[in-house]
Amino acid sequence: MKRTLPIALASMGAALGMIAAEPPPAPDRPLPDAAREARAQALFDGIRCVVCQHEAIADSPAVIAADMRGLVREQIAAGRSDAEIKRDLVRRYGDFVLFRPPVRAGTWLLWFGPFALMAAVAAAPLLLARRRRVEPMALSPEEEAQLADIVAQANLRRDPDAKPSDH
Amino acid sequence: MIVETGAFALILAFALATLQTGMAVAGRLRRSPVLAGAAQGAAIAAALAVAIAFASLIFAFVTSDFSVANVAANSHTDKPMLYKVAGAWGSHEGSLVLWCLVLTGFGAVLARARNLPFGLKTSAVATQGLLGVLFLAFAVFTSSPFARLTPAPFQGASLNPLLQDPALAVHPPLLYAGYVGFSVCFSLAVAALIEGRANSAFWPAWGRWVRPWALASWAFLTVGITLGAFWAYYELGWGGWWFWDPVENASFMPWLAGAALLHSAVVTERRGALAGWTTFLALLAFTFSMLGAFLVRSGVLTSVHAFAVDPERGMMLLAILGGTAGLAFALFAWRAPQLKGGGMFAPVSREGALVLNNLFLTAACATVLLGTLYPLILEAANGSTISVGPPYFALTFVPLMAVAFLILPAGPLLAWKRGDLKGVTQRLVVAAGLAILLALAGWLMFEPRRALSAAGVGLGGWLILGALAETAERTRLFRASPGETLRRAKGLPLGAWGTTLAHAGLGVFVLGAVVETGYRVEAARPIAVGEVVEAGPWTARLEDVRVVEGPNYLAEQGRLTVALRSGAAPREITAERRFFPAGGQTTTEVGLDFRGLDDVYVVLGERGRTAAGAPAWNVRIWWNPWARLIFLGPAIMALGGVLSLMDRRLRLGVGQRKAAP
Repeated sequence: MKRTLPIALASMGAALGMIAAEPPPAPDRPLPDAAREARAQALFDGIRCVVCQHEAIADSPAVIAADMRGLVREQIAAGRSDAEIKRDLVRRYGDFVLFRPPVRAGTWLLWFGPFALMAAVAAAPLLLARRRRVEPMALSPEEEAQLADIVAQANLRRDPDAKPSDH
Repeated sequence: MIVETGAFALILAFALATLQTGMAVAGRLRRSPVLAGAAQGAAIAAALAVAIAFASLIFAFVTSDFSVANVAANSHTDKPMLYKVAGAWGSHEGSLVLWCLVLTGFGAVLARARNLPFGLKTSAVATQGLLGVLFLAFAVFTSSPFARLTPAPFQGASLNPLLQDPALAVHPPLLYAGYVGFSVCFSLAVAALIEGRANSAFWPAWGRWVRPWALASWAFLTVGITLGAFWAYYELGWGGWWFWDPVENASFMPWLAGAALLHSAVVTERRGALAGWTTFLALLAFTFSMLGAFLVRSGVLTSVHAFAVDPERGMMLLAILGGTAGLAFALFAWRAPQLKGGGMFAPVSREGALVLNNLFLTAACATVLLGTLYPLILEAANGSTISVGPPYFALTFVPLMAVAFLILPAGPLLAWKRGDLKGVTQRLVVAAGLAILLALAGWLMFEPRRALSAAGVGLGGWLILGALAETAERTRLFRASPGETLRRAKGLPLGAWGTTLAHAGLGVFVLGAVVETGYRVEAARPIAVGEVVEAGPWTARLEDVRVVEGPNYLAEQGRLTVALRSGAAPREITAERRFFPAGGQTTTEVGLDFRGLDDVYVVLGERGRTAAGAPAWNVRIWWNPWARLIFLGPAIMALGGVLSLMDRRLRLGVGQRKAAP
C-alpha cells in the first residue's frame, strides 16, 4: 500500500516533531588535540551511562551520556589525569559508573575467584594422580613363565573379534 | 476459533506431558514395556499439541488478529510478513511457547530413539516429561499468549523495531534449539544417575548416546549466538559485536558448559572415564540455559536485551530452576560417588588434555557467571552497586582462554592413555614457527603497534595451524605420495575433520576478534552534503540525504561514497535513520561496506546544522579490520560440530554391527 509523497513528507515532519519533543543531546565537540581526543575515546568505553541499560557513554544516545562525554573532555582539557577523572566520576555517580569494578574487600571474590578456582581445580587432579600412582614391580621368573604360558594358550584360541587376515 | 484451538492444544500438551511423566515413572517401577511405550506415545503427542498451539499463534499473527492481546501488543498490519511471523516469538509469552515446542520436540525424538536400554530410556523420558510439565504449566497458567482482549483494538502496537531484522527473526529459534537441546543431555544425565552402574560397559555407551545431543545443541547455540552478535553489530549501530552484557553472558554460559561437555563426553565414550564429571556438565549446561531464561525474563538484570520485566514470573522461573537443578544436583551428590570406574590414564595423554580443556572451560564459565551475578550479589549483601563490563572480562576471561588456546593444538595430537610429549612438540614445531612469524607480521602490519594484539594474531594463527598440523600428520601430507595422502584423507573419520574445523574456526574467530578490537578506528563529526569524514585509510563522503518510505517506517536515507584516501576503489552505500510511527521509536540502519576481510561501517546520525547554518548530519564511521572473521569463525566451528554429528560412530544403530562374527 503506497501512500502519496505529500502525506509521507507530512508524517516525516510529524516524526521529526516528535523527536524534537525531547531535547536532542548536545552535539559532540571532539578535542582539537588528537592524542587527547584518543584518551577521551578510550575513557568513554569504560564509563557506563548512568540511565542506560549496560551501555557505555561511548555508545549511548542518551542526553546524560552526551553530558558525561562533555564532562570528560572538559577535564582532559583542564589537564587532569585519567585516574583523577575516574575518581571524580566515582565521587559523583558511585562505583556503578565504571565498567571496571574497583578491587576492594567486597570484590576480592569477583577479581580473584576465577584464578583461585582454577588453582583449586588444577590442584585436585594432581593430588589424586599422585595418590593413585602405582609403581609396577618386575615379574619373578615363575611369573614370567606363567605369562609365557598364558600367551601361548591365547595363540591357540581364536580371537572372536579378529579379522581372518590377522591369522 | 483457531486461537481457542491453540489455547486448548497448549493445555492438552500440559496434560499429555503430565501423563508422559506419570506413565514413564510407573512403567519404570513396574518394568512394564506397555506403560513405557504409552509414555513415549504421550511424549510424541505432547510435541504435536505444542506444535498445533504454536501454529495457531503464528496464524493469529499472520492474520493480525488484534483480539488476541499478545498480537495487539506485538504486531501491526503494516509490518512485513517475515516480522509478522517472527512476532510470534518476539514476546515473553510467544517465545515461551517456542521454548516448550523445542523441549517437547526433542523429547519426542528422545522417545523415538532406538538402542537405548529400557531403564535408561524410560527414566530419561520421565525426566524430559517432568521438564515439559513445569514449563508448560508456566506457559498455561501465567503466560498464555492466547488471552483475548475486549474490545479488540483497531491496530496493534507493533514489534520493537530493533527486532524487525532478518537475523533476529531466525536468531531465537536457533538459540532455543541450542538452549533447550541441552534438556535432553540433562534428562539422560538424570537417568544415568538413577540407572547407572559402576560397571565399565555402561558409561562408554552412555557417552555415545549423550554426545550427539550435546553436539547438536552446541552447534545450534553457536549459530544462534553468532547471529545475535551479528545483529547487535549492524543493527545497534555502536560498531561493536559483543558487549559482555548480562544477557549475552546468559547465552554464553550454556555454550561454554556445552563445549566442556562435548569434550568430556569423548573421554567417557572412548575410555569410560570421567563419568561423574560428564554427568555433572550435562546437568550444568541445561541449568545455565534455565538460568539464562530466568535472568532475561525476570527483570533482575538491566540489559539491552531483557524483555519481560515481571518479578512474579521471575519468581516462578526461579522456583522451576531451583527445583529441577536442586533435585538433579542432589541426586548427583548422592549417586556420583558410587559410579566410579573407567580407564586409567597418564597426565600427559589425550584424556589429560581433555581434562585440562574442561578445567579451563569451567573456570571461564565460572568467570562469566561471577561477572554476571556479582553486581546482584553485592547489592543484596551491602547495597553497594558496581558495574562489571568489558574491562573485567578482558583481565580475567581473556587470559584464561589465551592460556587454554596455547595448549589446545597439542590435545588432538596426543595418544590416548599415555601421550608422547616430545613427539607432539616435534610435530607442532613448524606450526609454532609459522605462528610466531604471523605475530611478527601482525606487529609490522598494523598501526599503532600493540604487543598484545600482535601476540593475539600469533595465537589465532597457532590455533589454525595447529589444527591443520593434526590433519597433515594423519594424512602424512608432504611425506607420502599425494595419492596416499588423498587416500588417508578419505579414510579419516568425519569426527576428525569436525575437530580440525572447529579448532581452526576458533582460530579464525580469535584472529578477527583480536584485530578488530585492537586496531579499529572510529571517527564522528557533523558533515553537510559533499563533505567527508575519515577513519584509518578510508573516507566517506555524504552524497545526498532523502526521505524514503518503508512498509512501516519513514527514513532519512543518506547516500555515501566510501573510498580510500587516495580516492581509489569508490563504492556507494546507504545508511538510514528509520522512524517507526507505530511505536514512536527510531532505529539506525548501518551502511556496511564489505572490503575483503574488513568492514567500513557508517552510521547516519541526527540532523543538525553546520556553523554556516547549512543542514548537516552527524556521521560516524568505523574501520573494523578483519571483522569478517569474527562471524566466519563461529560458522566454521558450527560446521565442525555438524560434521562430527554425521560421524558414523555417533549414529544410532551402528553399535550393533560389532555383534556380527
